Amino acid sequence: MDILSVALPALSDAAGLIAQPIVLGYLVLGVVMGLCVGVFPGLGGIAGLSLLLPFMFGMDPILGLALMIGMVAVVPTSDTFASVLMGIPGSSASQATVLDGFPLAKKGQAARALSAAFSASLFGGLVGAAFLTVFILVARPIVLEFRTPELLMITLFGLSMVGILAGRVAIKGLVAAGLGMMIGTIGEGDSAGELRMATYDMPYLVDGFKLVIVGLGIFAIPEIVALLRQDRSISDRAPLGGGWATGVKDWFANKWLSVRCSIIGVVVGVIPGLGGSVVDWIAYGHTVQSTPDRSKFGSGEIRGVIGPESSNNAKEGGGLVPTLLFGIPGSGSMAIFIGAIALLGSGQIEVGPSMLKNNLDITYAIVWLLALANVVGTLICIAASGGIARLTTIPFALLAPFLFMIIAFAAFQSGQDIMDLVALFGIGLLGILMRRFDWSRPAFLIGFVLSNPAETYANQAVQIARSRFRKGFEEGIDYIFSPIVIVLIIITLISVVVGLRQAKTIMAEGAIKSGAKRAPLIFLLVILGYLIAANINAWMIPDYAAADRVFPWFVSTVAIVGGVILLVQMMLSSETHALFADREFGNSENNAYGLWSTLGWFAGLLILTSLLGFILALAIFLLAFIRLRAGKSWGFSAGYTAAGIAFMCFMAWLLNRDFPPGLLQQLGDLPWPLT
Amino acid sequence: MTIKDTTLAVAAGFAAAATFALTTPATAGGHGINLEGETVEWVIPFSETGGSAKWANFYAPLLSEALPGNPTVVVKFMPGAGSTKGANWFQEQEFEDSNGTLIFGSSGSTQFPYLLGDPRVRYEYNDWNVVLASGTGGVAYLPPDLAGMMNGMDATALQGTDFIYGSQGATRLDLVPLLAWEMLGLSVEPVFGIKGRGDGRLMFERGEANIDYQTSSSYLKGVTPLVEAGTAVPMMSWGALDADGNIVRDPTFPDMPTFKEVCDATPGCETSGEQWDAWKAFFIAGFPAQKMVFLPAGASNDAIVTYTAAFEAIKARGDFAEISAGRLGVYPQMTGDAATGALTSATNVPDSAKAFVTGWLADRYGVTLK
Repeated sequence: MDILSVALPALSDAAGLIAQPIVLGYLVLGVVMGLCVGVFPGLGGIAGLSLLLPFMFGMDPILGLALMIGMVAVVPTSDTFASVLMGIPGSSASQATVLDGFPLAKKGQAARALSAAFSASLFGGLVGAAFLTVFILVARPIVLEFRTPELLMITLFGLSMVGILAGRVAIKGLVAAGLGMMIGTIGEGDSAGELRMATYDMPYLVDGFKLVIVGLGIFAIPEIVALLRQDRSISDRAPLGGGWATGVKDWFANKWLSVRCSIIGVVVGVIPGLGGSVVDWIAYGHTVQSTPDRSKFGSGEIRGVIGPESSNNAKEGGGLVPTLLFGIPGSGSMAIFIGAIALLGSGQIEVGPSMLKNNLDITYAIVWLLALANVVGTLICIAASGGIARLTTIPFALLAPFLFMIIAFAAFQSGQDIMDLVALFGIGLLGILMRRFDWSRPAFLIGFVLSNPAETYANQAVQIARSRFRKGFEEGIDYIFSPIVIVLIIITLISVVVGLRQAKTIMAEGAIKSGAKRAPLIFLLVILGYLIAANINAWMIPDYAAADRVFPWFVSTVAIVGGVILLVQMMLSSETHALFADREFGNSENNAYGLWSTLGWFAGLLILTSLLGFILALAIFLLAFIRLRAGKSWGFSAGYTAAGIAFMCFMAWLLNRDFPPGLLQQLGDLPWPLT
Repeated sequence: MTIKDTTLAVAAGFAAAATFALTTPATAGGHGINLEGETVEWVIPFSETGGSAKWANFYAPLLSEALPGNPTVVVKFMPGAGSTKGANWFQEQEFEDSNGTLIFGSSGSTQFPYLLGDPRVRYEYNDWNVVLASGTGGVAYLPPDLAGMMNGMDATALQGTDFIYGSQGATRLDLVPLLAWEMLGLSVEPVFGIKGRGDGRLMFERGEANIDYQTSSSYLKGVTPLVEAGTAVPMMSWGALDADGNIVRDPTFPDMPTFKEVCDATPGCETSGEQWDAWKAFFIAGFPAQKMVFLPAGASNDAIVTYTAAFEAIKARGDFAEISAGRLGVYPQMTGDAATGALTSATNVPDSAKAFVTGWLADRYGVTLK
């Protein structure tokens, strides 16, 4: 075959390129850096690659690639630590891992969960690299077949995953997803630039909310606050427990699930624009659908760890396809990757179609590096896991301020605006309440993530289809109902039907008691109020900008109908119905502290930051928290504070970032890092 | 660069930055400023993937070498509201706070909202101090079957075709191609909502869009392979300005007709009058001085002189023509009076042209900038 005669020499050239000690050294360096970045919640490949960017200019291309690929490949492996041990998604690619990984850790089976996750990650990464090898040769015609209707269908398929994650009351999941989509539409519309639920007087809202903020607010903050209120360490038992071998056996027993989820990861990764945040949910949805006994999902089902972890490493291999072949980034980190490649050497490597013509050896070197990095990353993760796992035995009151610090810093990096922290707090509050009343947070997040692609693709597909129909009915139909679209529609319909049938058996966040009517009712009314306001707001967008009106209006109308149905059901049902789920009822979580006093600490950090700037506020916050809440001595508190501030400054200096300024900074000039 | 040198460079970079973190900024004096041990922040109001990022990443290491004291030059990305957010931020910066360690890179997308009186614009170009102005060009292209319908440079035969164009928004740089096509009598329907010109090219490659344009550097990288493969044919370039302000062929694409030539050859398209003047005014604002480097308001003469000299030294490098051609294209990189002149022509559009475009945007796309 013609293709093979070109590919085989390139493959061996590539092997020659990377089989040098110095290249492998850079790869390991990249892996270690990726590990550090991935362990911390909220910091992912984007932050890591940004950190490397300044050093890429003029670097030997193969060394730079080794460094970057090492980092990109290991983030989805190392972020498992945060997901499993702390219950916080380490990066957007491992949100689904939290659902079952964290309950396993709570049961003292962290080692089992981790080793299963690492095995799955390694396998997924290798499948991703293998697929990339083949895809590079055959993908170009296939990816070029994906036009706007196909992209829209893939997005809708992602949204259909809401069905499986909706929880016990399906309509609640639907409304949660609708609310997520509405939050996603806030700001300037992509089509006509009309504002939705925003005003030019608040420039922050015009750009809309960033995924980092929403992800941290909806998932991380509620978990941290909940753990903090229980005032104990995350895991009561021995840190990891035994079971390393069990985890590997678990993975081997589910190897076909791992294969299928890896393929899901590759395929979703290949499609540009969707990004990594939906991969793990699709894989999780598939895992649930394909498991006969679904009762354990959400309370520690090992398959719920293996599925998403197989997919999120495989995704990186898939994501490189559009990146290398078309120069179209499949995700945020790939976007930076493209920018970094342009800096390598004297700019002789150009991603895009010419890559396969001129740099086939480099292309395959990237594939080999990806495979190698996955192996190295897994080994290092296993070696380091003992130390990292000890974090879970530390009383949470000592860990929480550190996490708050990291989360606040990560959130601030998304927009470098003090409003980032306000938004984080606001969405965190929403997340806490959604958790309390058992509204599906995954459904909310999927809605948020897919809101923008769904709207854009829908608008564009309609506009282009209209033009095709003008040319002829047949041409229009051909455009909308291509074979790929029809296949995707069928898959989506099956997924919705199967998903809704099974959703009731999945306790994504464990069993929650129901009791009183008042609090859940008030929360529903507040959400309905927002949806109605957004609906009216969308309706007022004038006709010439109708493209910005249709989507939010339609989504909010559907969500309002869902909300009203819930309201009626609430009136008719008894207090013990699942509709009235409330974690606060009867203090079922053994909370030692109240919600508001715990939240008050975080609010205090926010207010102090707006007055004194982040670093000074952090110093006061850490000192006071460790002394008063954790009950340690003044000396210990001062040491903790100094270590925390030093760590923060080191991170900011590495990333060359500033801290949020406050009122004090407007009065006069202060030296860095106080600025 | 050898492997060992690379390792040393990385280490030196860390070490230099570490030294900076521990020392307090030195005060500058005398003629020119010395930036030894400082970190110069170059703020780009776009994301890491756009043309401005490529441009700044190209210049940053060269600037570090050329500035006195060889400061570390880092590019900081501050995207938002199509660059308005970053520009508003820069407007609030005072020179005394940075003393020459803060520069800002604007682009055509920063200029157009300023010219059109967008309500979000709270920045004023006249307050800033330009030290470099870089030009670029643009090329429109078609699928081969449609390109074959053109009669030489006469585009009349295309007037019956329904064109689809992936656009970032009518008030952005896309204003220039949209107005040009309309002047040729083409009915182009822009599909809004794409995030960058690369998405527009992909839409063209997928066959959903059947007309597109790219700025020069993106054209060289992304479209030239398509042209070689026979799936795209260049239609026209926007041209370049000569010393007298006339539109001439783009030196990067000397074999392509300019829009002016195509317009001349197409009956019904006028290269004079209100519409043409408006197009030309916005072309001049958007392309020949598309990207500029500024020092903040109130910059000292010493700082301006230092940066101007540094950019002049970069231009005078023996290898500059070679290394810049592949990454920036062959376009003027202006400093000193030339840069000031470019700034003036880029930010002063005649009121008549402004009124025409505002009216056209309102009639054609229902966009009102209030």
